[in-house]
This record gives sequence, C-alpha cells and structure tokens, in this order.
Amino acid sequence: MFNRDRWEEILEALSSNWFRTVLTAFGVLWGIFILVILLAAGKGLENGVKADFGDIATNTMFMWTQTISKPYKGLPKGRRFSYKISDVQAIKDNVPNMRFISPRNQLGGFGGSNNVVRGLNTGAFNVYGDYPEIIEQQPMDITSGRFINYGDIDEKRKIAIIGEGVKTSLYEFGEDPLGTYIKINGVNFIVVGTYKKKSQGGDSEEDQKEIYVPFTSFSQAFNRGDRVGWMAITAEDGSSITQLKEQIFDVIKQRHTIHPEDDRAIGNFDLYEQYSRIERLFFALKIIAYFVGTLVLLSGIIGISNIMLIVVKERTKEIGIRRALGATPWSIRGQVLLESIFLTIISGMMGISLGALVIYAINKVLDASGPVDMFSNPSVDIGVVITALIILIVSGLFAGFIPAQNAIKVKPVDALRTE
Amino acid sequence: MNFTKESGKPRYFVIELIKMIEIKDLHKSYVMGENSLHVLKGIDFTVKEGELVAIMGSSGSGKSTLLNILGMLDEADKGSYYLDGKPIKNLSEKIAARYRNKFLGFVFQSFNLITYKSALENVAMPLYYQGMKRNERNKKAMRYLEKVGLADWATHLPNELSGGQNQRVAIARALASEPKVLLADEPTGALDSTTSYEVMRIIQSINDEGKTILIVTHEDDIAHMCKRIVNLRDGVIIKDSKINQVRTKSATHV
Repeated sequence: MFNRDRWEEILEALSSNWFRTVLTAFGVLWGIFILVILLAAGKGLENGVKADFGDIATNTMFMWTQTISKPYKGLPKGRRFSYKISDVQAIKDNVPNMRFISPRNQLGGFGGSNNVVRGLNTGAFNVYGDYPEIIEQQPMDITSGRFINYGDIDEKRKIAIIGEGVKTSLYEFGEDPLGTYIKINGVNFIVVGTYKKKSQGGDSEEDQKEIYVPFTSFSQAFNRGDRVGWMAITAEDGSSITQLKEQIFDVIKQRHTIHPEDDRAIGNFDLYEQYSRIERLFFALKIIAYFVGTLVLLSGIIGISNIMLIVVKERTKEIGIRRALGATPWSIRGQVLLESIFLTIISGMMGISLGALVIYAINKVLDASGPVDMFSNPSVDIGVVITALIILIVSGLFAGFIPAQNAIKVKPVDALRTE
Repeated sequence: MNFTKESGKPRYFVIELIKMIEIKDLHKSYVMGENSLHVLKGIDFTVKEGELVAIMGSSGSGKSTLLNILGMLDEADKGSYYLDGKPIKNLSEKIAARYRNKFLGFVFQSFNLITYKSALENVAMPLYYQGMKRNERNKKAMRYLEKVGLADWATHLPNELSGGQNQRVAIARALASEPKVLLADEPTGALDSTTSYEVMRIIQSINDEGKTILIVTHEDDIAHMCKRIVNLRDGVIIKDSKINQVRTKSATHV
C-alpha cells in the first residue's frame, strides 16, 4: 500500500492539475486553520481570565457578616453580629473535609487614609491579621525573610510581612527592610519578610501593597478582642466548598442565634462557584469553537470529495484501462482513498502550521506590548493537534469513500467504449 | 497424443492442440429501457492454441460484444465459456482482474494508453499489477518495447508518438504479461494502411511464435492476414473457415 509506485501515482494525479489541487487543499487548510485559531483564542481568553484568579486556591469561599434580617428567639431583626475566634474551631469540629479555615481581620481598604508610617514616609495600605495558612489560600512569593508562623501567633509577636509595593513607597531604593520598624496605626511592627503576589489584571498593583501581621497580634494591637472580620475557608480537594458552605452557615447561625432561614445574615463570595461558572463558560466556548471549526472543515472536506468525484469521472477511461490490465477493485479504491487522505492531511498540516504561526505571531505581539486584560498566551496543546489530525484522516477517508465507490462501479467495458 | 509407430519407435507425433477458448451457446442481450436488444444469439466457437482468428461482421453484428465477453470485460447471459480449460462464470471482480492480467492481453482501436505515462511505464503497467518489482518490471517492459521496435522511444509520452507507434506500444503492453490469448479490437481501425500493415506484421510475427490471437475487424485485407475468418451476422456465426494467410511484406518495406 505504501510502495513507491503508489506514491508516484498519487503525486502524478495530484500534480496533473495544480491549480485545482491547491484550491481544493485551501478549503481544508482554511477549515483546520479556523479550528486551531478559534481554540487558541478560547484558550487565550481562558488563560487571561484564569490569570485573574492567580494561584488562589479556587475551592475557597470568603464569608463575612451582614445585618440580620429575621427576628429569632425574641431577638429583633436589624441586629449586627461578629464572628468569634471560637467559631473557627466549631466549624472545624462540625463540618467535614475542611482544609483551611483562616479567620482574618483587616485595616484600611481601597481609598483608605494613610495608616502606615515609617520615618517621613507614610502610606495607605491594607493591613491584615492572619494565620499562617493564608499563604496556601492566597499564594505569594516570599522574596526575602519569612512569612507568619505559629510561633508568632502564640507569642503575639508584632512582626509584619510587607508587599513589594509597600517597600517601594516606604523605603529608599536598595534599602533592606528586614529588621526595620514600621508604625501601623501608631503601633510599631518589625518587618521580617517581603512578598510579591503573582496575580495580574486590574488588582495586580494593589495586591503588592498589603501588610500581613499575625492574627493574634493584630487583635491585641487594634482592640479586636475575640472578634473576627471575615473568613477564608478552603475545602479539601475532593469536595466542593459550594456544597459544604450551607453546613458552615448552619453552624454559624446556631452559634449566633440567627434564624435558620435567614439567608441575608451571612455574606459570602464563593470562588469555586465563580470558577466553575467560568469553567463552564469556557467549556461552552470550546464546544462552539469545535462546532464552528468542524463545520468550516466540513465544507473543505466536501470540496475534496467533490474534486475526487470529478477526478474519478475524468479518469473513467484510465480506470477502465487499468481494470482491463488487471487492476483489482481494491487497488483502484485504495488509490482514490489514498489520494483523498493524502490531500486532506497535507492541506490540514499546512493549516495547522499556519495556525501555529499566527498564534506565535500573536504571542510575540502580546509579549512585546505587555499584558492585555482578559487575554494571554493563546495556545493549542498537542492533544488538540492530534485530535485535528485524526479528524483529518477520518474525514479524508470519508471524502474519498464515495468517489472510490464510484470508481469501482465503472465497468471496464463502458469505460473503454470508443465513442 | 497419437503415435504412429513403426518398429516400436515413434517416427512422428501429432500434438492435439489445446483448446484455448471454448464457448458454447453464448447469448447476450442489452436492455435499453423497454427494448431488449439480443446481440449474441447462441455462439459456438473454439479457438486452439496458436491460431490467428479474425472475427468479421458489419457493425451491430455483435463482434465487439463477443470480444468483450471473451475478455471478461462483459458477462454473457447464457452459455459457457472456458478459457484455457478454466470456466469463466460468476467471477468476483478480484478473480476477474487476476485472470485478465494473467491470461489476456488487450489491444484496442484507440490504443488506450495512459496519457501521462511514458511508453515504458505503459508497457510495465500489467506487470505492476502482477506485483513485479520495479527494476525487473522495467527490464521486461524494455524487452517488449524492443520487440516492437520502439526501444528508442521508451521515455516518450503517447502524445509524442504516432498512431502506429502508439499501437505498437499497446501491443507490447498486451504482451508484457505473457498472456495466453491476445484480444485485439479493431487494432488497425484508427491507422492508415501503411501503419496498419506494420501493426499486422508485428501481430503475425507474434503469432508465428505461437501466441493465440483474436482480432475483431471489418477490413477484408486485415482479415485475410489471419489464418481463419469467423463471420458474424446478427449475433450468429454464418461462416467459419480457414484461409490462406496473406503475409505482410518484410520490414524493409515499411
């Protein structure tokens, strides 16, 4: 099947009408090109949007308190409440599959007033009181020194880990911040580490302007007592926080005497739900890409099929001669099928290469012009390319099948009629 | 074998020649819409090894149909056909292809060479379908091209050759697979008389080597260059007689 004569015949047949061959090949080339580009664009969008999540553990929910909206057990509605540090242990005891529960307190915020002073420099930064686990939930690179540990929590050490953004606004260029003191709301903290967050997108600059101090030191220094501002809760990998959060709310409602059906008392942001929604969106996008790409490809395939029909028609006489000389039906059929598969694969590969080239160019431009919101690193993985190739081979077979059947339906005697 | 014995030693013996083609009561009709055209109405006909037979008849007499059936390009409705002792009936396409390749060589009026292949490649084509290796195939094809006097034209395409040359290439192609029977359908129909005789000379010389050949023709002079003439009219044989062969002039004249 793959001997030299076969290939010579195929090349001869395809090169006998170059223009037509190229035009036909273009149909498939275009189809696979569109498919690759659509998938790559979808991937680029997905990469861009997912980059906004950074390395945040996506199986995470953030939970804060709101105004109670239903009277319960003689207590009125319109009350406010705060989480207590003991709630953390209660959730751990009552809800299964919890990975991290990080109670957090916070100072400052977007557009807040200056709250941090070092020497003559001041700045407005978000200051968080945190447990060591937060670094697993909101990953950051420690660029120097260290992060909070349990020793700090237990001994309520007044230490701080500052972002690179804080460093640039409070320190001279090249100055080592480790071991220096900064004053947060009038309380001195010693800097023991600096961090840099990898997240990009709109918040990326703000993300570097944060200060992390131990939760216990924060509570004591800023008079929070046993209150907790909000919590970041991550579930184990096997289970979804979206399913577990109702149980968490039930524990909280029970401990704070809140009506079990009061859905407004606890505010939450379910990262996992958002994430799955985005996942679903991109899954849909991918399906659309495949759908559209395959349809475009299909029209290319039909083009090939059509041309093969014409080729068979044109070569009716030749096929008759070959039959008279002893060609078996399979050798005729095989010839047509191979021609069609060969044409499909060659043009498909060119389409894939062209797509890859365009993607490469886009990446080059993106690299050169800096990050673009919601779009980064468009790409197709090798799996997609292999899928496309399989689609090509199969469709080449299909494209050749009807013409091949037509070819062997030719009766030698009809093909050889002289008139 | 029949021996005529004299004092216990064979002095001479006559070989009963093998029946190459044997057909009995062959019928064929074509259905065209509501009309049925009965083309062959019971043909009985035997060709022995080494014969050179001309099948004559006016157009519509069924001579080409007969040749197509003999060539396994078409199938009879009724009757038996033995080729070299093998029954040709209800063959699968694959077997038919093999038989055509092994037993039969075709020469057509319009040459039917493959236009984008050189003379040599055309001659080598039946060998390709026999699965012969490339080198071997080309060597053998070259031998047959030499035989028809076209060795110098091996690399030429059919449209670079004259009609007579094309037909000689076609004959070389028909011979290349060393068939038992050569079937020629109006081999000189598209040629002028000089080249016709040239082609007939080659056919005669092949026949002299012992090849069985059937020629369909409507030209009297061509028919008389054969050894036997079968006349067809309206689907039946009306006359079947051996004749004195007219030899073509030697090659120097052509």
